[in-house]
Amino acid sequence: MNWAGNHLIVAPVVLPLLAAAVMLALGGERHRSINAVLNVVTALALIAISATLLCKADAAPGGIWNVYRLGDWPVPFAIVLVLDRLSALMLLLTSLLGTAAAVFSLARWHRAGVHFHPLLQFLLMGLNGAFLTGDLFNLFVFFEVLLAASYGLVLYGSGSVRVMTGMQYIAINLVASLLFLVGVSLIYGVTGTLNMADLAARIAALPAGDRALLEAGAGILAVAFLVKAGMWPLCFWLPGTYAAVPAPVGAIFAILTKVGVYVLLRLWLLLFGAGAGAPAHFGGELLFAGGMATIVFGAIGTLASQDMSRLAACSVLVSSGTVLAALGLAQTGVTGGALFYLISSTLGLGAFFLLIELIERGREPGADVLAVTREVYGEEDEPESEDEAGIAIPATIALLGLAFIGCAVVIAGLPPLSGFVAKFAMLSAALQPNTAVPVHSWVFLVILILSGLAALIAMTRAGIRVFWVSEREAPRVRLIEMAPVAVLLLLCVLQTVQAGPVMRFMQATAQSLHTPHDYMRGVLEFSSMRRPAGGT
Amino acid sequence: MEIVLALGIGVLAGSGVWLILRPRTFQVIIGLSLLAYAVNLFILAMGRLRTDAAPILLAKGAGIPAQFADPLPQALVLTAIVISFATTALFLVVIIAARGLTGTDHVDGREPEA
Repeated sequence: MNWAGNHLIVAPVVLPLLAAAVMLALGGERHRSINAVLNVVTALALIAISATLLCKADAAPGGIWNVYRLGDWPVPFAIVLVLDRLSALMLLLTSLLGTAAAVFSLARWHRAGVHFHPLLQFLLMGLNGAFLTGDLFNLFVFFEVLLAASYGLVLYGSGSVRVMTGMQYIAINLVASLLFLVGVSLIYGVTGTLNMADLAARIAALPAGDRALLEAGAGILAVAFLVKAGMWPLCFWLPGTYAAVPAPVGAIFAILTKVGVYVLLRLWLLLFGAGAGAPAHFGGELLFAGGMATIVFGAIGTLASQDMSRLAACSVLVSSGTVLAALGLAQTGVTGGALFYLISSTLGLGAFFLLIELIERGREPGADVLAVTREVYGEEDEPESEDEAGIAIPATIALLGLAFIGCAVVIAGLPPLSGFVAKFAMLSAALQPNTAVPVHSWVFLVILILSGLAALIAMTRAGIRVFWVSEREAPRVRLIEMAPVAVLLLLCVLQTVQAGPVMRFMQATAQSLHTPHDYMRGVLEFSSMRRPAGGT
Repeated sequence: MEIVLALGIGVLAGSGVWLILRPRTFQVIIGLSLLAYAVNLFILAMGRLRTDAAPILLAKGAGIPAQFADPLPQALVLTAIVISFATTALFLVVIIAARGLTGTDHVDGREPEA
């Protein structure tokens, strides 16, 4: 491995940090166009980097391409960044959504406040760091980085609705962070290590007397992540907050709940996987039941939603609930399908959040969200609306309608798009023909299909109300706003067309997640294998 | 010493939880601060309680680990203090903004109907 290749793994953290620092130095108002260019270029560079990393991780033996020791200390003591298939996948997803949000904001949103671009880059930095790190406390630090940036983005554009929901969002997340700390320190007190791989190795050999403390720590830690992932009953903050944020922020927030899901996928399967000895599968039942309850809550929420932003927010709940429940089943095949679903639903929801703003633009200012939007633009947009409204794309409504149908099909999980493939993969793995199917899997099947039905009903109703019933002029939409939506949906189409290779990758990822031994050995022995002869 | 520390953490955490469940934003922020103190003490306690022990090893030779306090939780506490301080400051700004926009310090943004 050459020098540049070796250090490429840290680029997804360093690059956004540098870009954001430069943007802050330039200032928010005066150099907005430079910042905008910098933001988009950085986001595109992140796509290129994470795609490269994804290819390398897929080709690497054992699934771990690189273990990067920050400060070059030996492994159990150093903070390490670990690149395996799952983290590479999440990096790519983050950078795709980040780019979509950055491009979308260029049309108007980045003018609604001062520091949109640097905040977005800080958020990307925190997300990438959280996906890469192999150390529990470092995970906390990256969580705080991404949360701090997300606080800024929740409040972005101001207005009393955003400030009130933002305040509740911040309070909830501060408490969750404190629980995170309690959990981490309990686990450290019991095992004496913070390195995830080392931790997994020590759990199997833990004396029986310490098990209760360890499980208490893991449980408290899990609560912190489940608040982020929005598992019922820890999710009441989510719909209000997600419905109030600006559209590009909503698009990137679609992946914020997935951070919690990612950590659970990583840590739960690593620490309490099959090889963990006595504490194996600790909390699996709870995860499954919670995921189910989240799906039900989210599905009822989508049916009850009056406006589209709330509908999207409740769909976020359904999406993360589905992955949690699938994870709780703890079968390799189901996890592979759930990963496929995670990617497809996150892309679909990101596109949906962006699309809502375009659709709602031409409507009467009835909805709360729209009122907020108007409030923001009330003074600023009036004079420039003549030249800034953009070219009217011919048949705008047809395009918007088509995109809406695309989102609905992906989110509800209907054929022919990727949502269907994902659900089919999960269910066919859960109902293996040769063995007796446990009750769990039947419940999963029923609730998954019913949630798809609820999503379909809610989306159809919203679509009819917006596109058919209301008599109004077509909203004026700029190409630069339509492009990110189209690209995200095309990615879903691509995921469907290339379902074979993508699914193979997901199954390989799930396989390595369910055999944590490879990960542990990979991380713990990686550095000693490749350490230069002269030592550190 | 154990009982004093445990009581301290318990009282701080209990008061903190009670305060963050109160309806005024000022109570919430004080509650969050108290909870943060409790958590910081808790992290320190997880490194085992030692008195008169330095948290570092000797300059020469490895030394005997049993003679020293665990340095890692102390480093973690430092990080946690800084982060909770910063987020509390940020939250304070949001609270003031909310007070300015809604005209009330109730967490719902409006006074409950009596």
